[in-house]
Amino acid sequence: MQELNSRFVLRRLLQIVPTVLGIVLIGFVLIHFAPGDPVLALAGEHGDAAYYAFMRQRFGLDRSLPEQLAVYFARVVSGDMGMSYVHGRSTVALIMERVPATLLLTGTALIIAVAVSIPLGALAARRPHGARDIGISAAALGLYSAPAFWLGQLSILIVALQLGLLPVQGMTSAGDPNTGLLRVVDVARHLALPALVLASQELAALVRLTRGGLIDELARDHVRTARAKGLTELGVLFRHAMPRALLPVLTIIGARAGQLIAGTVVIEIVFGWPGIGRLLLTSLQNRDTPLLLALFMMVSIAVVLANLVTDLIYAALDPRVRIR
Amino acid sequence: MPLWIRESESAELAPAAPGMVAASQRFTLAAIAGRKAGLIGLTLISLLLAAAVLAPLIATADPFAISGPSLSGPSWNHPMGTDAIGRDLFSGVLHGTRMSLLIAATVGLLAASCGVGVGMISGYYGGLVDDVLMRITEVFQVLPRFFLAAVAIALFGPGVDRLIIVLGLTSWPVLARVVRAEILATRQLDFVLSSEALGASPLRVFWRVLLPQVLPGVLVLLGLLMGQVLLVEASLGFVGLGDPNVVTWGMLAGQAQGLLRAGWWLALFPGMAITAAVLGLNLTADALSSLVQRR
Repeated sequence: MQELNSRFVLRRLLQIVPTVLGIVLIGFVLIHFAPGDPVLALAGEHGDAAYYAFMRQRFGLDRSLPEQLAVYFARVVSGDMGMSYVHGRSTVALIMERVPATLLLTGTALIIAVAVSIPLGALAARRPHGARDIGISAAALGLYSAPAFWLGQLSILIVALQLGLLPVQGMTSAGDPNTGLLRVVDVARHLALPALVLASQELAALVRLTRGGLIDELARDHVRTARAKGLTELGVLFRHAMPRALLPVLTIIGARAGQLIAGTVVIEIVFGWPGIGRLLLTSLQNRDTPLLLALFMMVSIAVVLANLVTDLIYAALDPRVRIR
Repeated sequence: MPLWIRESESAELAPAAPGMVAASQRFTLAAIAGRKAGLIGLTLISLLLAAAVLAPLIATADPFAISGPSLSGPSWNHPMGTDAIGRDLFSGVLHGTRMSLLIAATVGLLAASCGVGVGMISGYYGGLVDDVLMRITEVFQVLPRFFLAAVAIALFGPGVDRLIIVLGLTSWPVLARVVRAEILATRQLDFVLSSEALGASPLRVFWRVLLPQVLPGVLVLLGLLMGQVLLVEASLGFVGLGDPNVVTWGMLAGQAQGLLRAGWWLALFPGMAITAAVLGLNLTADALSSLVQRR
């Protein structure tokens, strides 16, 4: 891995500024275009007159629109995304409380997806349109086309309810004060099904991409040279074809971050997993708009950061993108 | 060039990015149906279109009316069973086809016009215009559409129109970037330069010279994109963000969630319909994409 050029890193970091500004602007536009007083969107519907007056003052709602935007932007950037009146607490704290559970589910799913999709993609690319390729590609396309909640519901019906192999819902068994290793096993048993379902969706996209990239790569001259040198097929695959074919996979993992988080939310709702998905569901039922707005902002920023990280790793691995 | 073109921009959507094609050959439905994937895909789509058009004739029960015993399994009278209060699920699924296909088609149209427009202008004029448009595109590309839809519906109330706007606004960026990349690659080729030399207006160059170049790639992406839109729309309906006055597949699946133990059919059939529709679009797009690449 060569050293990253600091000018490149700086430029890429600066690109974040207009993107984040744009996201905040969209939040602002939503608040002000919504029917009714913008204070309802900022404070939620359940406040009292004193609280509304306080929020009006806090967000400068009596000032001009550009001033309001500046205030709103300053608030968001400093990490203040308002209070949830329903919960009586800061929205950011409420969300951060749920992030570990969500990260555990998303992270596990992502690791499974990457670990399984690359060998499967390679297997399919070995002989394009052969029996194995058709099987793998068809399965991937099927998973890619199925809604996450449906796979979740079917797996609950079959694995949990019919076969009774794994727990149906939640993160831990109720009334089970396990500690230490037993607790880890308990959480893992609850995690298995949702993580596998979530992974299968991500996997489907990554298999398609790995396969396509490898087929292109295996037809190139440098691979032919490697074969002509007498390298084993596995050597050719891992040393010569894989590195270039996997670069786009890296970008897509970043680009799919938003979809992955949305998928996690839906899976959390299906499996009763106590992460941000459940929070989203209850805030929808309570019409807790400040919390929903904060969720939107934080997920957007997470997606921007995911893109940044994958772009930087990409640039570190592939010098071609640094030159321009 | 302030921004590199990611080579994988469209890679996830299409198995390999659609390349440039000469416009001379039409990609007809017959050509798509000539491939196995395309034939299956087009068959699925036609069946669903037929179901959408004929829904009131095939499923005579009102999807909102009680028409039988509650929670009875699939039977001759109720091929997909009934729900908790005795509504016919078969009618629900068939009527749901209408809304899902309508949303996918409208969002597709919106995303295609926005994406092609922005991509062409950006690629053709370059410079500052390109810079500004690409920054805007980036903002819309990172917007998590699921969460944006949740906020928008909480603020504006449920409704199909706002759903279409949110999904459309978050769908065009991929198209814009791919169109832009193709225009950049085509911009300096002789046939474009010569039509400019003949005095063709930019509008004519867009419409008659450049559009046919990008159209096949756009159609491939559009098919895959509409599949994604169907999935997002379904998950929004699933969490209860759909229009409560319209039956959708996602809404039916959401109602099944609390009744998994009581009636497996409630979860099985709506999801099956969604998968069939998305699979149909994906297979058709894949077939089109391999036609584009073979040339």
